[in-house]
Amino acid sequence: MPVNIKQLAQEFDKKEIGITQGHRLCPGCGAPITVKFVMMVARHLGYEPVVGLATGCLEVSTTIYPYTAWSVPYIHNAFENVAATMSGVETAYRSLKNKGKIPEDKKYAFIAFGGDGGTYDIGLQSLSGMVERGHKVLYVLYDNEGYMNTGNQRSGSTPPGSDTTTAPVGKKLPGKVQLKKNIVEIVAAHENVYAATASLSDPMDFFTKVEKALNFDGPSFLAVFSPCVRFWRVSEDKTVEISKLAVETKYWPLYEVERGVYRVTRKPRQFKPVEEFIKAQGRFRKLLSRPDANEIIAELQEYLDRRWERLLALEEATKDKPIR
Amino acid sequence: MERVVEKVAVTGAEAVANAMRQIEPDVVAAYPITPQTPIVEYFARFVADGVVRTEMIPVESEHSAMSAVVGAAAAGARAMTATSANGLALMHEIVYIAASYRLPIVMPVVNRALSGPINIHCDHSDAMAERDSGWIQFFVETNQEAYDLTILAVRLAEHEDVRLPVMVNLDGFILSHGVEPVEFYPDELVKKFVGELKPLYPLLDTEHPVTWGPLDLYDYYFEHKRQQIEAMENAKKVFPEIAKEFEETFGRKYWFVEPYKLDDAEHVMVALGSTNSTIKYVVDELREEGHKVGALKIWMFRPFPKEEIQELLNGRKSVVVLDRSVSFGAEAPLYEAVKSSLYEVAARPMLGSYVYGLGGRDIKPEHIRKAFEDAINGNLIADEQRYLGLRE
Ligand SMILES: Cc1ncc(C[n+]2csc(CCOP(=O)(O)OP(=O)(O)O)c2C)c(N)n1
Ligand code: SF4
Repeated sequence: MPVNIKQLAQEFDKKEIGITQGHRLCPGCGAPITVKFVMMVARHLGYEPVVGLATGCLEVSTTIYPYTAWSVPYIHNAFENVAATMSGVETAYRSLKNKGKIPEDKKYAFIAFGGDGGTYDIGLQSLSGMVERGHKVLYVLYDNEGYMNTGNQRSGSTPPGSDTTTAPVGKKLPGKVQLKKNIVEIVAAHENVYAATASLSDPMDFFTKVEKALNFDGPSFLAVFSPCVRFWRVSEDKTVEISKLAVETKYWPLYEVERGVYRVTRKPRQFKPVEEFIKAQGRFRKLLSRPDANEIIAELQEYLDRRWERLLALEEATKDKPIR
Repeated sequence: MERVVEKVAVTGAEAVANAMRQIEPDVVAAYPITPQTPIVEYFARFVADGVVRTEMIPVESEHSAMSAVVGAAAAGARAMTATSANGLALMHEIVYIAASYRLPIVMPVVNRALSGPINIHCDHSDAMAERDSGWIQFFVETNQEAYDLTILAVRLAEHEDVRLPVMVNLDGFILSHGVEPVEFYPDELVKKFVGELKPLYPLLDTEHPVTWGPLDLYDYYFEHKRQQIEAMENAKKVFPEIAKEFEETFGRKYWFVEPYKLDDAEHVMVALGSTNSTIKYVVDELREEGHKVGALKIWMFRPFPKEEIQELLNGRKSVVVLDRSVSFGAEAPLYEAVKSSLYEVAARPMLGSYVYGLGGRDIKPEHIRKAFEDAINGNLIADEQRYLGLRE
């Protein structure tokens, strides 16, 4: 069982998490908190993490040569291939272990971190390959809903109405018109996988999922709602608050899919309208000044309601029916 | 150990796959593409039958093949892959990364024309697109050489002063699917020759964590490139040592280039790959007719053996260079390299550039004879790119 935050904090007051202070991510960025949560649980459970990163904010800000914020083995290869790279690392481990070239008793955790661009879009093929082949790697997506490293461009995860530089909210077009790609369903559809969402506002849920993912006998995937304070135009102390709103408005439901079995891990008794989530962030400001703002928000609300109902139905329908 | 050689008639693909079986890398990640496919197929069979203890990753693309091989090599494993043409092009981004991480990866490349239009047959456009990637590049004439240099490449790649990836180029179909007698060395001898990989800074060593692939800005990137340049220079220094050991172990001699009937040759043809066999045949014919001709085969294209070429070509009457690829808007790659090498020699030969065999077009003895005749007749223009076997 994972310990609570206080215990973890006490434990890691005395030892290394694996990522140290001194990185150059924006204050308030969700990405380093995501990493810390994952690494703390992994280390607490006695795993030796070996970490891979996709190109993006987290990567460029933590390893500016000759400095590195990582005190565990780390590899960055390119933008779209962290899953393939970690497939290679994990396979090397199995091969060398079988040949007796490395100690058998060491408990490695192979962890890949990628932004939404590197996961939903350019890196989707490599992720799919890794999951399909069954590499025992935990893939952690920090979802900040845009290409932030390159300056707030649209990604497959950007919600409609959010102002980005490649799909700006303009006089004619209301920004991106498409909804977010449903990455968890895509990964879960590989069937032999543990896939879940997590939020920085629900650490206990987060920790439990990391533990499940690491102990899962196969590939696992964690989609973490990870605010980008810079381009979401929120103040740097609002990371957790925004994350909480996302969960409370059905925008980011907390659930998991284990070999096809759905489980909603947090069921708020009451939901807030998604409008509150939208209004709390500057990235939707331009949308709000458009005459069709209410229509767009209503559409989003309707979609979120339907998706929530569907999630509950899936939970009911798949109970005790693992697909593999 | 006794050198009992087994002589068998095999395709180049089977020869290479056998070298890989004997090397028995820890990890092979690969994706099929004609004409490389049989290499992966043979190797997958070795894995399936338990002949090797290699872990194979049947990836979903060449981009992932190279990515996984980079991950595996950084983790501390001996890792290999193989590809052709568009597969190599898809790897391109990671081919550079592999070299800059100084990972000793060995990759047979079965040369094939690069799309488009799509064409599955041999030329060297795929390899030439990677010539500045920081990989050592060998080109082979025969299946024996494909086998030998795959084995030798492991030692060169892993040498502590080099630590660079190596591409072993063999001509698509002509070698990969063509059957030739090949002498296979005993497994034990090959295993002993390649030895154990001594990984540097492996990711799996959690006691000594390192950061691979950091962000490297203008304050250090340049110095790191300089180190890569040094490593390439070192490859030139180290290669003869390894080649000598190879010769002592297996009885076959390799060097940067192979001179053929060059001692008194006035007219020399320079080429890469299997076409050298045809060139040698024509050299023999022309010699019988009393012409002082010879050939210079380039085994190692990167690093480019400039000094050796200068030494061997200085003072010849003429040098014709055959290229199986082009550089649009500039001189063909091998010609350009040979020509620039000869700028500094005391007695510069006349030069001629001949492009042939694109997309698998046949290169026949009469084409080669024609190029030699141009040389013998003094009919060469250094600035003119000519074509062999092209309908005009
Ligand atoms: C092949 C390739 N295309 C484009 C880029 C440029 N690029 C680097 S990071 C990035 C966006 C990263 O976005 P995301 O994955 O969402 O991570 P974030 O920066 O938001 O954390 C892009 C487009 C690249 N490095 N490689
Ligand atoms: S730009 Fe956004 S994602 Fe990038 S470091 Fe800043 S807050 Fe984090």
